[in-house]
Amino acid sequence: MSNIHVTTTVNGDEVEFLCDPRETLLDVLRDRLGLTGAKEGCGTGDCGACSVTLDGRLVCSCLVLGAEAEGKEIATVEGMATGEALHPLQKKFIEHAALQCGICTPGILVATEALLKKNPDPTETEVRYWLAGNLCRCTGYDKIIRAVMDTAADMREAS
Amino acid sequence: MKDNVSIRGSVHTDRIHDSAAKHVTGAADYTDDIPQPEGTLHAYLGVSNVAHATLHGIDLTAVRAAPGVIGVLTADDIPGVNDISPTGLNDEPVFPTETIQFHGQPLFAVIAETRDAARRAAELAEADCTPLPHALDPVAAMEADYPHVTAPLKLERGDVGPAFEDATNRIQGCMTIGGQDHMYLEGHIAFAIPGEDDEIVVHCSTQHPSEAQHMVAHVLGVPSNAVVVNVRRMGGGFGGKESQMNLFCAVAAIAAKKWNRAVKIRPDRDQDMTATGKRHDFVVDYDVAFDDAGRIEAVEGSFAARCGFSADLSGPVTDRALFHADNAYFYPNVRLVSRPMKTNTVSNTAFRGFGGPQGVIVAERMIEEIAYATGQDPLDVRKANFYGGAGRDLTPYHQEVEDNILDRLVTELEQSADYRTRRAAIVDHNLGSRILKKGIALTPVKFGISFTATWYNQAGALVHVYNDGSIHLNHGGTEMGQGLNTKVAQVVAEAFQVDFERIKITRTTTEKVPNTSATAASSGSDLNGMAALDAVEQIKARLVAFAAEKWSVAPEAVAFKANHVHIGAETLTFAQFIKAAYMARVQLSAAGFYKTPKIHWDRGAGKGRPFYYYAYGAACSEVTIDTLTGEYRVDRTDILHDVGRSLNPALDKGQVEGAFIQGMGWLTTEELWWDDKGQLRTHAPSTYKIPLASDRPRIFNVNLADWSENRELTIKRSKAVGEPPFMLGISVFEALSMAVASVADYRICPRLDAPATPERVLMAVERLKKA
Repeated sequence: MSNIHVTTTVNGDEVEFLCDPRETLLDVLRDRLGLTGAKEGCGTGDCGACSVTLDGRLVCSCLVLGAEAEGKEIATVEGMATGEALHPLQKKFIEHAALQCGICTPGILVATEALLKKNPDPTETEVRYWLAGNLCRCTGYDKIIRAVMDTAADMREAS
Repeated sequence: MKDNVSIRGSVHTDRIHDSAAKHVTGAADYTDDIPQPEGTLHAYLGVSNVAHATLHGIDLTAVRAAPGVIGVLTADDIPGVNDISPTGLNDEPVFPTETIQFHGQPLFAVIAETRDAARRAAELAEADCTPLPHALDPVAAMEADYPHVTAPLKLERGDVGPAFEDATNRIQGCMTIGGQDHMYLEGHIAFAIPGEDDEIVVHCSTQHPSEAQHMVAHVLGVPSNAVVVNVRRMGGGFGGKESQMNLFCAVAAIAAKKWNRAVKIRPDRDQDMTATGKRHDFVVDYDVAFDDAGRIEAVEGSFAARCGFSADLSGPVTDRALFHADNAYFYPNVRLVSRPMKTNTVSNTAFRGFGGPQGVIVAERMIEEIAYATGQDPLDVRKANFYGGAGRDLTPYHQEVEDNILDRLVTELEQSADYRTRRAAIVDHNLGSRILKKGIALTPVKFGISFTATWYNQAGALVHVYNDGSIHLNHGGTEMGQGLNTKVAQVVAEAFQVDFERIKITRTTTEKVPNTSATAASSGSDLNGMAALDAVEQIKARLVAFAAEKWSVAPEAVAFKANHVHIGAETLTFAQFIKAAYMARVQLSAAGFYKTPKIHWDRGAGKGRPFYYYAYGAACSEVTIDTLTGEYRVDRTDILHDVGRSLNPALDKGQVEGAFIQGMGWLTTEELWWDDKGQLRTHAPSTYKIPLASDRPRIFNVNLADWSENRELTIKRSKAVGEPPFMLGISVFEALSMAVASVADYRICPRLDAPATPERVLMAVERLKKA
């Protein structure tokens, strides 16, 4: 099968790549663009470890074809910090020890950032159900939810 | 002077995980993120689609002809020994040659240019085989006279015969306890790079690098010194990567040497779940005698486990189930036997608690039985049976319980959780609520710390101080998210009295510390922390001798404090002092070693002191069930857990919370289900449900018993934390049981089996409504 040419934007940078039409966006990000922050946890859209946004919409990149990125804007965990300055969510996740093995962390951060953009003042229940698509096997979620609530409060105050 | 200035990252402080900044930016490299050399090949396993059969051959013609395929690995390609049995029983081939033993068993591996090509080609094989009858669970296995995969264990104390004959009250029952998939978010992965001569380097995600090294050497037919195994970090382990990575390391290594190219193998989630082992399911028959006050007089139990086709770690797992079948309770007369049954399923393996949870939950079931039979609050029955002073302090394996703190710990939790008042309110609520019923339970845990294989209780570390004063730390433990590297570095920072940032934590590698034990049995900090401390103490002893001589002071006048070294009236920065020591030719590197004292175990006699000490904890959970659907939610959980003097309270609380939720998952939503043909149908997160963020208790109060201190000389008087809190999840299970019991006015113990899925809860409600 011949490769196809895709032009897209990743974390604000214009990017071009060739990919197999069957190749997932996750594999393109990891294997062709060297962005290994998104992880493959299940490959079937059930764990959220590969979460990225596509034109601002939260998606599992394992369920999106690389070819579908044509003309879209993709945001991954690698684009969350501004230079050396971490995003408030990243800071709070460190401060609250809201991670252990860390492999679900990029997906959870991307998913949470998408939530806070939609809803800067979520209830704890809304946070818990929004993150129900992101599995974490280590933490038991408590510190994650606290970190998200704390960040949301800070960001509201700052804005 | 500087004496009142402290260092950053000392012990007993909330130091953040050393990789946290990398975790949140996506910069932390896991094995699959390591850049691949040009020409890297990808392997994928071809597996059986029958549970038990005589294997005549495999037609691989279509596989070899598939696009992108470089070749196929079969048993014939193994240059060394076709066996990866971790206990040396020679019962676990890399690829079987005569008999297929379970559905999904790896039969061969495809090597291709891409992972996708290998994966597609692996589907094209045709196995020529004659099916044989199969037994999937321990009961079917016992009925079919299947063998034990390893020698069973018996623990006995007192005399159960007369105790049962003279019993005041007696209850016999059976409990089925489900297994559990690890569901680490990072699946199995190994990446082998061939070197000169017989050498090979394997990057992988194993909890046991030394064993992976020995297995690779074994299958390649080379000495261990030709093999290097590296682990920077794992995306979760939970026991699932203690022995199970051996297969993947072996396949990647054999292929890498055969084709002289780098080879990576990473199964997809389905294959990870079907081809690798899980927590053991158990079927337990119990018999308990007790007096009218609910005090246990005698216990007899038979613990049959689904071990799968080979022994793997089933011997020590089933042993540990028996070691914990007393949980926190004194049994005056006791006889416990294990039945490690062979079954035609994937070989079950280590999983957080290592059989202990299955023992503990049976103890808790017996307590519940007694409580319903005597009409008492189960908490009162628990307290009445706790290990006590002389005469009530011997375990079924004849170890004295010397450090019991449960009376205080449980009482404190009972008060902070307001257990009695809430229980009364719940009983009231249930009278007035027709459909939604509530339950509450407070359950304790006592967990023995040490590997029961006594020789495993050793560890090594390697510490270098470079002449600029920077420190390189390496130890035999592996980092899987638990924060082991952070804790060990805190120990080193404290001992040298330098800031945490001065210490570089490096990947675990068999090149630096040899003959390590698995990072398992909650032992990581206990063992490796002590080994690192030993290394630091050796270097410090040389430094003190050097300073005493050079500055002509007594050794006692040399003190390491807050990034400085005080020598009599002189004060040097740590870096200045190290430079001076280097110039004076002081050796600034040391290999540390530790072995746990006091422990011994005679398995044949069933007697000894297998555990250095015990860790304790308790949890109180409140649930609501819907009696029309069986659905439920956890309304509140309060936990008080003992980690001795915590090395790092933030990390330890994280372990407690995570373990509780994982234990809750084991007993509630996580159901493993095999069909009649032996195929695992709960094969991915689509069908196998671990707890979600939405399942976390609505109110969740977690505290460490900050007054506790390990009475043994462990690292800074801390206690192990990985496994013990897993069993706190049992409080949710028993709370569900109480909610179910309410439909029959608490007259009958519901005898829920685990996991208590909504279906099981509903069926139990229906059963009790008719009773």
